[in-house]
Amino acid sequence: MDDAKFEYLLRQGDSALLLSQQLSQLCGKGPALEEDMALTNVALDLLGQTRMWLSYAGELEGLGRDEDRLAYLRDTRQYRNLLLVEQPNSDYAMVMARQFFFDTWHYYLMRGLLASTDARIAGIAEKSIKEVTYHLRRSGDLVVRLGDGTDISRAKMQAAVDELWTYTGEAFIYDAVDLAMVEQGVAPAAQALRDAFLQHVSEVLEEATLTMPSPDAFMQRGGKQGRHGERLGYVLAEMQSLQRAYPGVEW
Amino acid sequence: MSAMDAPPLTDTPTLDQVWAWLGEVPDPEIPVISVVDLGIVRDVAFDAASGEFVVTITPTYSGCPAMQVIAEDVEQALRTRGLARVRVREQLTPAWTTDWMSAAGKAALQGYGIAPPVQQVIDISGLSKGVKRHAIRQPDVACPHCGSIHTRLTSQFGSTPCKALYQCLDCREPFDYFKCH
Repeated sequence: MDDAKFEYLLRQGDSALLLSQQLSQLCGKGPALEEDMALTNVALDLLGQTRMWLSYAGELEGLGRDEDRLAYLRDTRQYRNLLLVEQPNSDYAMVMARQFFFDTWHYYLMRGLLASTDARIAGIAEKSIKEVTYHLRRSGDLVVRLGDGTDISRAKMQAAVDELWTYTGEAFIYDAVDLAMVEQGVAPAAQALRDAFLQHVSEVLEEATLTMPSPDAFMQRGGKQGRHGERLGYVLAEMQSLQRAYPGVEW
Repeated sequence: MSAMDAPPLTDTPTLDQVWAWLGEVPDPEIPVISVVDLGIVRDVAFDAASGEFVVTITPTYSGCPAMQVIAEDVEQALRTRGLARVRVREQLTPAWTTDWMSAAGKAALQGYGIAPPVQQVIDISGLSKGVKRHAIRQPDVACPHCGSIHTRLTSQFGSTPCKALYQCLDCREPFDYFKCH
């Protein structure tokens, strides 16, 4: 088995899965009906994408673990999601800033993966990018509306951007797994991806009248290698409760 | 067994016949449009080796919960026509697009009160060259009730992943718009 590719697939699947789970927790709690529907629509898209990534990972591993076993029967240290997506739903500004940073990275990554030498990964990217484009367009709109809104919404949006900024660098800090994928032509290189990310973020934040933190600021890392914050355990505990209580249950 | 008892060859339906049967399978969420008119059925083939009819379908949205129901409906529809050996397979690429929706399908959507897709999928490239968001031209979406193009987007996400919410500014009715994809 290609260990690096297995890890890489888990990273994609786990980031989509965790964000989907976090957004699902907001179902019925959105600030307006349209927002509620949008959040759950995005959650559903990300869940569908998760299935494609984790199914492929399980097949590649060849140990009989399917998408469900990978999602429901791994512990926090075995999760490979970005730290960004495990940050809490503190308020709506945090939800939208997290979404905007994620969507921007996600959009450019999927664009890069369209050219992947792995045809199945390119296929997943082709399927995902249309959905991701809608996600990014919406989250960018919300950042602008909240940033260039009232004094209170602007202050909250700026606070959220500042708070989450330290989690936006991890995706571009490549380790041996990422570099092996670049080497094989499976994944795009970090630099172009980071440049595109910073360019789009700076344009949207400017339109939102918000101040962009320094790209050279200290960036948290570790999620891709399985080192997570305490909160991930609580999210997984809720998500996995059924399979943990009734192992192997199906309906 | 006499020769008369053997099933005549004409009992094996033509691929066109199978396509026609599939054209009567409704989408579970929007029953006025068939899975063929929606562009979900990508191929029908007869596998002579196994004697199976193989129907290839592709998901609309990756998380669409209707996909499994559609696969079951397709299989069921062909079985009730007497096809014992049917296999439904899912294919991801090329990715589904609303461009594959038939003209008949679009007309049916319109009649059902859902505005059909009017433009190729959006991208964000226009947003990355200093173009302000409010200056981006939205496609003219006609109200399915009164036909006015004097409408506005109220939410990019609607009751299902494939739809957005609009409101007509003339007849004031809210309506669903089947997004370009």
